[in-house]
Amino acid sequence: MPDVLVVGGGPAGMTAALAARRHGAERVVLLEADDDVGGQYWRHPPAGRADPDEGEWHHHWQRFVSLRAALLRDPGCEVVTNAHVWSVDRRDGMPPLVHALVGEPDGQDRAQRTFDPAALVLATGAHERTLPFPGWDLPGVFTAGAAQALAKGERVAVGRRVLVAGSGPFLLPVVAGLIRVGAQVVGVVEASGPARLAKGWGAKPWRLAGVGVGGKAVELAGYLRVLAAHRVPCRTGAAVVAAHGVDRVQAVTVARLNPDWSPVAGSGRRIEVDAVCVGHGFVPRAELAIAAGCALDGHGAVEVDDRQRTSVPGVLTAGELTGIGGVDLALAEGLVAGAVAAGGEPAPAALRRRAVFREFATRLAAAHATGPGWRSWLDDTTVVCRCEDVTAGALRRAAGSTRSRGLRSLKLTTRAGLGLCQGRTCGRTVEDLLTGVLDPGRTANRPIAVPLRLGELADHGRTGNREDVP
Amino acid sequence: MTDIHVEVDGTPVAGLAGQSIAALLLASGRTSWRRTREGRPRGVFCGIGACFDCVVTVNGLRDVRACLRRAVDGDRVELQEDDRA
Repeated sequence: MPDVLVVGGGPAGMTAALAARRHGAERVVLLEADDDVGGQYWRHPPAGRADPDEGEWHHHWQRFVSLRAALLRDPGCEVVTNAHVWSVDRRDGMPPLVHALVGEPDGQDRAQRTFDPAALVLATGAHERTLPFPGWDLPGVFTAGAAQALAKGERVAVGRRVLVAGSGPFLLPVVAGLIRVGAQVVGVVEASGPARLAKGWGAKPWRLAGVGVGGKAVELAGYLRVLAAHRVPCRTGAAVVAAHGVDRVQAVTVARLNPDWSPVAGSGRRIEVDAVCVGHGFVPRAELAIAAGCALDGHGAVEVDDRQRTSVPGVLTAGELTGIGGVDLALAEGLVAGAVAAGGEPAPAALRRRAVFREFATRLAAAHATGPGWRSWLDDTTVVCRCEDVTAGALRRAAGSTRSRGLRSLKLTTRAGLGLCQGRTCGRTVEDLLTGVLDPGRTANRPIAVPLRLGELADHGRTGNREDVP
Repeated sequence: MTDIHVEVDGTPVAGLAGQSIAALLLASGRTSWRRTREGRPRGVFCGIGACFDCVVTVNGLRDVRACLRRAVDGDRVELQEDDRA
């Protein structure tokens, strides 16, 4: 029985596992779905293709190298890679049982393991949100994160002439990554306008003067230098409102936006590209937390107290799952969650850093919050659910004609969210499009958190593999 | 860095050991390798396993996310058409 089980091997999960050990946990198990730790932030090529200059691709790379070394040399910490947690079983007053399949992604005959932890730390991160627009399902339209993942993890450029668009500071490292792998970035377009950016980031700047936030300013200046050196035009208050092409993207339309993100009529300008990378913030990956019974806030993030404890006894969370705040907040939250999970008292420095970077997260949300006017980017034929080809018109018609107010009934009527991704891509969009029509609900409620083969499910039922249960 | 060869719909395609199948397909010049039931082309979208746009059949096993699966020498990759009939 592991004292502490950590799910997710990104920055938050890594620091949580080590902090749990430092604060007295006898045994810690860290489950990571990829074949190495590091998460999306420290995503890197596999061991066989290691780059001696890897540090130039990342911030805090040496921190990662030492965290990973510490995890791997600690006999009290087992790091299980290729571990896909697909389900948790709730229990009263204690953390749930956690079921994982260990083996190739989407494989078969993977090893099944069930964990019975005294404390569970969920550090499952987030995935990117992309608001739909006509043509966004053409090949050559990528999330900004996909461009970054392919650059950092594979050294592949998603296109030759690329536009980066959306909202949030994450767009800047994406531009830098694309340039490193040889793409020509023809522009970066931020949807928030100058007034919103100034108001969101600028209020009471002295509150940001605490530990470490200076590093963010240095990082920002670095990206702006890269943009200047490569003459990448940067616009604010604008968005990609359409992609054009036959079977792949050939051009995009960029329009000026009003403060509510609705396009200014007649402001559209066509730009030829062979790829466009678009991201409008992130969605916490909350499947396991929801299945465990953790309460969520109004934005779909897991609610935690100042010790990273959720509403479920013995279940803690750290990192983007608690709200989008970036790597520094994730590292600090991991330290706090790991210490508390082990029954210890978190270091005051970690608590201070957590508080400071929460402030940063609040500003991030204020400066880059999605404006409701994005809905007018869609016409009735725009695909919303990419898996099932469900259009905005079909969703609106179904909601109107059936007078359905239930998310589930709307899914069953239109098939939105019933395809392979189970609403990971369209869920928040569907929720937003039907605001005022739909009863509140969350599409992230997926009791089976990742797909598994029916044969594996049958085996699980037959063997009830409970190796770690005393 | 080792060169590997995989079969894509029966045609040999060269790649690098450890490359994801998605990266291998993109590097070979493909931008899409699947069609939805309405016939809309799909390839990589999210790159981290969330969107399932990039699924392929690998060594006979359907619905494998190409962005997550690492290519292995000799893999047989088949481009997947969604067929709900």
